[in-house]
Amino acid sequence: MTTTHLSPRPAYPGSRQLPRSRSAIDPEAVSGRGDGGERLAKALGWFSIGLGLASLAAPRGIARLIGARGDHADETILRLVGLQEVACGIGILATRKPTGWLWARVAGDAVHLSLLSGAMASGPEDPNRMAAATAAIAGITVLDAGNALQLGRSRRPARRAASEVIKSVTINRPAEELYRFWRDFRNLPRIMSHLESVEVEGETRSRWTAKAPAGMTVQWDAEITKDVPNQLIGWESVGGRVDTRGSVRFAPAPGGRGTEVHVRMWVDPPGGALGLWFAWLFGESPDQQVSDDLRHFKQVMETGEVVLSSGGFDGTHIAQRPAQPPGSIPAR
Amino acid sequence: MRANTFVSPGKTRVERVPDPKILNDQDAIVRITSTAICGSDLHLYNGFIPTVEPGDIFGHEFMGEVVEVGKGTRKVKKGDRVVVAFPIACGSCYQCGRQMYSCCENSNPNAWIAEKLMGHSPAGVFGYSHMMGGFAGGQAEYARVPFADVGTIKVPDGMTDEQVLFLSDIFPTGYMGAEMCDIKPGDVIAVWGCGPVGLFAMASAYLLGAERVIGIDRVEARLRVAREKVKAETINYEEHDVYRTLMEMTGGRGPDSVIDAVGMEAHGSTAMFLVDRVKQGLMLENDRPNVLRDAIMCCRSGGTVSVVGVYSGLIDKFPMGSVMNRSLRIMTGQCHVQRYMKPLLERIRKGEIDPTFLITHRANLDDAPAMYRTFRDKQDECIKVVLKP
Repeated sequence: MTTTHLSPRPAYPGSRQLPRSRSAIDPEAVSGRGDGGERLAKALGWFSIGLGLASLAAPRGIARLIGARGDHADETILRLVGLQEVACGIGILATRKPTGWLWARVAGDAVHLSLLSGAMASGPEDPNRMAAATAAIAGITVLDAGNALQLGRSRRPARRAASEVIKSVTINRPAEELYRFWRDFRNLPRIMSHLESVEVEGETRSRWTAKAPAGMTVQWDAEITKDVPNQLIGWESVGGRVDTRGSVRFAPAPGGRGTEVHVRMWVDPPGGALGLWFAWLFGESPDQQVSDDLRHFKQVMETGEVVLSSGGFDGTHIAQRPAQPPGSIPAR
Repeated sequence: MRANTFVSPGKTRVERVPDPKILNDQDAIVRITSTAICGSDLHLYNGFIPTVEPGDIFGHEFMGEVVEVGKGTRKVKKGDRVVVAFPIACGSCYQCGRQMYSCCENSNPNAWIAEKLMGHSPAGVFGYSHMMGGFAGGQAEYARVPFADVGTIKVPDGMTDEQVLFLSDIFPTGYMGAEMCDIKPGDVIAVWGCGPVGLFAMASAYLLGAERVIGIDRVEARLRVAREKVKAETINYEEHDVYRTLMEMTGGRGPDSVIDAVGMEAHGSTAMFLVDRVKQGLMLENDRPNVLRDAIMCCRSGGTVSVVGVYSGLIDKFPMGSVMNRSLRIMTGQCHVQRYMKPLLERIRKGEIDPTFLITHRANLDDAPAMYRTFRDKQDECIKVVLKP
C-alpha cells in the first residue's frame, strides 16, 4: 500500500461527504479493474425476479411449460418456488456484492432439480418438456455457481481495503486535555482493550504491543506523521508486517459541549498468521472496536475510569455474568 | 450471598452467588434491607426483553446500608442508610448536566448492544438485561452501586424503609408521568393502568393540581385502591367502552392529558389486541401498543400523551395521523430518578403523600420466585411486593 500523508477533511456537520462503501483506497477503484461478475449477477437477479413473478402469477402456465401436471400440489410448489426466486432476485439486485444471494440461488436450483426429478419419477404430463426444463435449470445452476465463485474471488481485495474506520464521539472536556491524554501513547492501553502496551521510543517513534490469541502478542512500530497540538495527531506503522495508519482530530463542539473527537483509521491486514490475527482482532467489525475504544476514552475523560458492570471488559460480545464471580475482570 | 436469579421465562430461583465487589472508584456496596418487585421486572421475567441470560440477578428498587465505599466517593459514607435510584448515572456527562440521568452517556458498558436496537444507548440500569449494562440487580443481600454519590439519597432518621423505598423507581416514575402532562388548573387526567406506577401517577396528578383524575384498568382490586386511596374516578375497560365513557365524563372534550402506565404487555378486549398478542408471540413485534393507541385516540386535541410504561423495541399500527393532525404532544422517558428523589422525599416527610398505601405483600427474599408469580397473575389482590433479605 502506498503511504500518503493523511489529510483529514474538515468535519463540519453537513459539509462532509463520508466515503461510503468505496473508500479512497479501494484497490478496485484505484486500479480500475473491471467487472468482477457484477454484470452477470445483475442479469441473474432480473431473471430470478422474472421467473419468480411468472411462477407466482401463472403457476399453471409454468407447469405446462415444464411439462408438469399442473394440479393443485404443483401450483402450490410453483408459487413457493416463485417466492424464493423473487426474494433471491431482490437480494441480488439490492446488494453490492451479492455473493450470498447467488449461493442462495444455487441452493434453490438444487431444490428445483430434485423437485423435477421427483416429478419425473411420478409420471410427468410431458416427459420431453420436463427433460428440457431439467437441462435448462442444470445450465442455470452452473451459471449461478460460477458467478458466485467469481464474485467471491473478486471480493477479497475489496475486503482487504474495506478496513477503513471513521468514528466520532463528543467528550465534555477541553481539547487540550484530550490531546494531552492521547498524545502520550502510553495511556492508550487504558482505553483500547486490545492493546497490551505502548512504549515511547523518541520524539515521534513508538512501539506498540497488542494481544493476540493464545496468549501471544504482536508488535509493530509507529511513527507520528502529523502533530498539531490540541488539534490533530496522525500516525502510521513503519517496517513491521502490520500496516496501519490513522489520525485523531479534536474540534470544539458547538454550544460549549466540549470537544468532538474524530478518528480515521486504516488497517491493511497482511496475509498469513497476522492476517488471521487481524481478522480476530477486528472481528467482523473494526468499526465496533474503534467505537468501544472511543466510548472508553469518553468514560475515562469524563468520569475518571472505564465503567465496569458485573462482568467483562470486552465490548465485542456478552461476556458478563452478574451471578458469577467478577474475578475474570482484567484489573485496569 | 443469596440472590434472585433468572432461570427461564416464568422462572426465577434464589441462588447462592458471590458477594459483589468494588470495581470502580466511585462504587459503593450496599447491604440491602428492603427491595421490591417492579412491574417492569415482569417484562424480563416473561422473556420479552432481549439479552437476559440465565443467572442474571433481577431487581432495581432497593435500599440499604452502605458497607463499603470506593476511594473516589465523596458524599456516601460507610453506615449511611440510602435509597438507590434505578438508572445508573455518572453525573458528569452532557445528559447528566441537564438532569437527564436515565440518558447518561457513560454508565452503560454494553452501550453498543442498545445502540443497535435503539440508535443510541440509554443509561445502565440495575438488573435489567445485558443490553442495559449487565449490572447485577438488587433482589439480593448486597449490591454494588456504581457512581454512588450520584445514585443514592441518604434517608433521614425516623423514616421507615417502606416510606422511602419507592423513591428508587415507582414514585418518581409516576410523578414524572404526571409532571410531563404540564398540568393546568381544571385539567382532567386519564391514566391507563392502576398498578403501582399508575397509582403514583394519579396521586401525583392531584399533587400537581389536576381537577379530576380517572384511572383505567380491569382488575377490580386495583380500581378499588385507585378510588379509595387516591380518590380517583375509575373505568373498568372490560365492562365499559373506554373512549365513550371518557367522552361522556368530560363533556365530549376528552381528557386534557393521558398517561400510559402500562407499556409493552398491555391487555385489551379488542380484536386489535389479539393481533398484537399473536405478533408478539411470533416475535413480529416487540411490544403490544393497544393502550398507547387508545390513549392517543382519547386525548383531547392539543393535549399531552405521557408515556411511562416500558416499551422495548418496535410497535405496529401507530396512529400517527391522530397525533399529527390533532397537535398532540408525546412526552416519554425512563424516569430521571436522581432529579426527583430529594423533592419527593420532602413531600413524604411533610406528609403530603404516604407511599406505603400500595404495599399488599411483604415476604422474605427466599419467597421471591413465588411472589413473582403472585404479582404477575395479580392473585390475592397483589399490587406491590416488598422483600426483606
